[in-house]
Amino acid sequence: MTTPTVTVEDLRKTFDAAGAGAGRVTALDGLTLVARAGQLTALVGPDGAGKTTLMRIFAGLLRPDSGKICVLGIDVALDPQAVQARIGYMPQRFGLYEDLSVQENLDLYADLHGVPMAERASRFARMLDLTDMARFTGRPAGKLSGGMKQKLGLACTLVRAPDLLLLDEPTVGVDPLSRRDLWAIVQQLVRDEGLSVIVSTAYLDEAERCTQVFVMDRGRLLAEGTPNALKTRAKGLTYTAMPPADLPARDLQARLIDAPRLIVDAVPMAGNVRFIRQPDAEAAGLQDLLAGAPAEPRGEDLEDAFMMLLHQREAVAGPGPIPPDTGLAPDTSLAPATGPAPAGGQAGQPAIVVRDLVRKFGDFTAVASTSFEVARGEIFGLLGPNGAGKTTTFRMLCGLLPATGGTLLVAGHDLRRARAQARGRIGYVAQKFALYGALSVRENLEFFGGAYGLRGKMLRARIGDALERFDLDPAAQSGQLPAGYRQRLAMATGLLHQPEILFLDEPTSGIDPLARRAFWRTITALAHGGVTIVVTTHFMEEAEYCDRIAIQDAGRMLAIGTPREVRAMAGPSGSHDMNSAFIAIVEQGRARRDAKSAA
Amino acid sequence: MPSPITYLSQVLALIRKEMLAILKDPASRALLFAPALIQSLLFGYGATYDLTHVPYAALDQSRSAASTELLARLDGTGVFERVATLDHSGQIAGQIDSGAALLVIVFPGDFAARLAAGREAPLQVILDGRNSSTAGAAAAQISAVVAAFNAKLGNRAPLTIVRRAWFNPNYESRWNLMPALIATLSMLQTLLLAALSVAREREQGTFDQLLVTPLTPLQILIGKALPSILVGLVQSTIIFLIIRFWFQIPMNGSVWLMYLGLISFTTAAVGIGLSISAVALTMQQAMLYTFLVMMPLMLLSGLLTPVRTMPEILQVATYVNPLRFGIDLVRRVYLEGATFADIAFDFVPLLAMAAITLPLAAWLFRHRLN
Repeated sequence: MTTPTVTVEDLRKTFDAAGAGAGRVTALDGLTLVARAGQLTALVGPDGAGKTTLMRIFAGLLRPDSGKICVLGIDVALDPQAVQARIGYMPQRFGLYEDLSVQENLDLYADLHGVPMAERASRFARMLDLTDMARFTGRPAGKLSGGMKQKLGLACTLVRAPDLLLLDEPTVGVDPLSRRDLWAIVQQLVRDEGLSVIVSTAYLDEAERCTQVFVMDRGRLLAEGTPNALKTRAKGLTYTAMPPADLPARDLQARLIDAPRLIVDAVPMAGNVRFIRQPDAEAAGLQDLLAGAPAEPRGEDLEDAFMMLLHQREAVAGPGPIPPDTGLAPDTSLAPATGPAPAGGQAGQPAIVVRDLVRKFGDFTAVASTSFEVARGEIFGLLGPNGAGKTTTFRMLCGLLPATGGTLLVAGHDLRRARAQARGRIGYVAQKFALYGALSVRENLEFFGGAYGLRGKMLRARIGDALERFDLDPAAQSGQLPAGYRQRLAMATGLLHQPEILFLDEPTSGIDPLARRAFWRTITALAHGGVTIVVTTHFMEEAEYCDRIAIQDAGRMLAIGTPREVRAMAGPSGSHDMNSAFIAIVEQGRARRDAKSAA
Repeated sequence: MPSPITYLSQVLALIRKEMLAILKDPASRALLFAPALIQSLLFGYGATYDLTHVPYAALDQSRSAASTELLARLDGTGVFERVATLDHSGQIAGQIDSGAALLVIVFPGDFAARLAAGREAPLQVILDGRNSSTAGAAAAQISAVVAAFNAKLGNRAPLTIVRRAWFNPNYESRWNLMPALIATLSMLQTLLLAALSVAREREQGTFDQLLVTPLTPLQILIGKALPSILVGLVQSTIIFLIIRFWFQIPMNGSVWLMYLGLISFTTAAVGIGLSISAVALTMQQAMLYTFLVMMPLMLLSGLLTPVRTMPEILQVATYVNPLRFGIDLVRRVYLEGATFADIAFDFVPLLAMAAITLPLAAWLFRHRLN
């Protein structure tokens, strides 16, 4: 048994809630845990579990209200400086100096940490080698892609070899390739240097690589153990259902997840549906639910255990801040069929037509001659590594960025000419919360409804519907809502005018698995009602909900088709899940490009 | 095209949202009234050229009835306050250098004898020229006192000037300065408010959400400009009320005409603010640009120094300064009771500026992307 690197005993921390009379928010509620030296320790948990607060207390940046905390044998509350001198802490947004080059950032952090000159050369070389950034030392940090910035942040944190590395959600908003690279670096350091690492993450497959996992929820410890020990909680309950050929996987998934008494969780995966049955579910009920679709038992993984834990908590503690399915059940009123008939759009006509779309920023071609179509009622996913051009494509599709060249028809309107008309038919949910935080929920809905030309009785009725459907408190101040509720408000706002096409920019980044399931349930219900959905995402498994996906890299379209077709394109290495398919396709694309430029 | 009612209701929704955003944020709510109130009181009491309690020292080498009487007259004006009575000329420099006295009056030893003999009796006044305008004003006051003293002695000058200052009979600098504040102080606030309005939305990401709605640039412009203009007018009104009823500076012109002028002036100022806002990517940039613009606007406005005394090239530059015409308009309507015909010219540059800056801002909303 190795020595503890961090010990926490009955730790409590509350914050003043912003806003008058909002009371106090409990971030940590009597937390006790011990993390060991020389290994990878993961903190997982839904939003608001207290992961970031705990990390900041470890780093001596926050003082706990009560409880004991020892890091590397030092009481952090008494001597935060002594702790900070020996740890490396990488917050969610690492403070890179965007105008300084990669090398200058490294130098700066080496200076800040007082790394002796004699050690620098070898340390820098090792960091640049690990991060594969030796080619980019002269490039300004601001010009790096999101994944590269994260790698540079990690390198800067590690310029001085720390005794303990704290990583706070290092892979949020990072594409699968960069995610894989980051983990390779961290695992190599643990292996070679015996580094102690504590990492908080929203990805369960990442937690699965750790030696010890702490599952947190609302400031408490829900469970702890090795990934294998935790997995046993779902043992014997996990299955894969194969839907018949005429039934899309996501429809079967929707049916399963709508039966919470029989099913704990269900997600589409590689054309099938992975699900966890309730321990007390009757076989007959399950058979009815599956309606003849064959189901085979499969091995359980950490995500299954995590979903079990969260659902058990729901059952004990009642509805949490982000209940899984309240008000998000399929609702026919969501469909534009009940609203005004879409004018100018015939049923057979595609919702979006893109031909030879080009966007340049100066000499840099962000999107190169891209063509595709999106059919009505389709869920279309845009995937790509950071900086691949998918955000640029997305912004052009919703009229936020003029195209340099090409044709762009959205809901039958040419975006270059009839912009206002085209905009009236689309809904948009931004990646970041982009509503007015100072305004109440109702005021936000009233404003956006009004901006889309709704008024009077119609506006009131739609707002009433939206409040009920998304279970929102109209008087709450929007900026003070928990993340999951903010996202609901953003959805409610985007849907108020019953758009034909809904654009979602990384809608699920930063929200936990329960809220993500609920969110996708809404999306599939909308698509069922005839709304066209265009969505970008970093969660590759979410591509399984899409009818078709497109993978972009370096401004070019690498693959487009149904998830099954795209997996097939990836070849044998990528056929079993979307994450590996994505990595395979992007790497094949890059190899082709390198071969071409070499020739 | 949407129906006119829909078009209008869309604009109204935006105006309502803007007003809510201003009123709900405690910081911007405080910005609405407090600065106008505090600044107009500060200017009213603090910023004045009127002389009171001017410290002076006297070196009376004549020690006569005549010199004592003249000093008594100076003290009696209420403008001068004797801080020292000197014994010899070596003390003069110390008084001025230290700033203890703004001026020193020196009566030569033969002052009374010369007067009695009916000869010219020079009186020396040493002034601290480091503060030229105050020194000049003090010298003029002393001349006036001496002239009155001469008259009493029967030394009537062959020519006398009888001064009648129109519109400000007592030469109170407050009367000149304060009406100009109705335009100046409200502009400071509106410019900043307008400059922050789009920049804040860009920074917080809400501007994208606004741009994907079917609102046209013109609608966004109206929705952004009107609330700022309204806030500017409310501020002008606060300052106006303080000047009129607290400082009791009489108004000679039409309130309606003044407001007509203020509307054009505020619109031009909001146009500049929104253009700044549309260019800026962050609130910090918007604030920086605003302060960069603010200083020349103030200096070239005629608020403190008349435009007529500026070098020719700067006088030309004042034509693109809405504040110059705003101040001119308000001053003239307020103090001299100017009619529309008198000030019609002031409207031309103001409306021209609004006609350029507002469409520019509207264009920039969509074209300042990345």
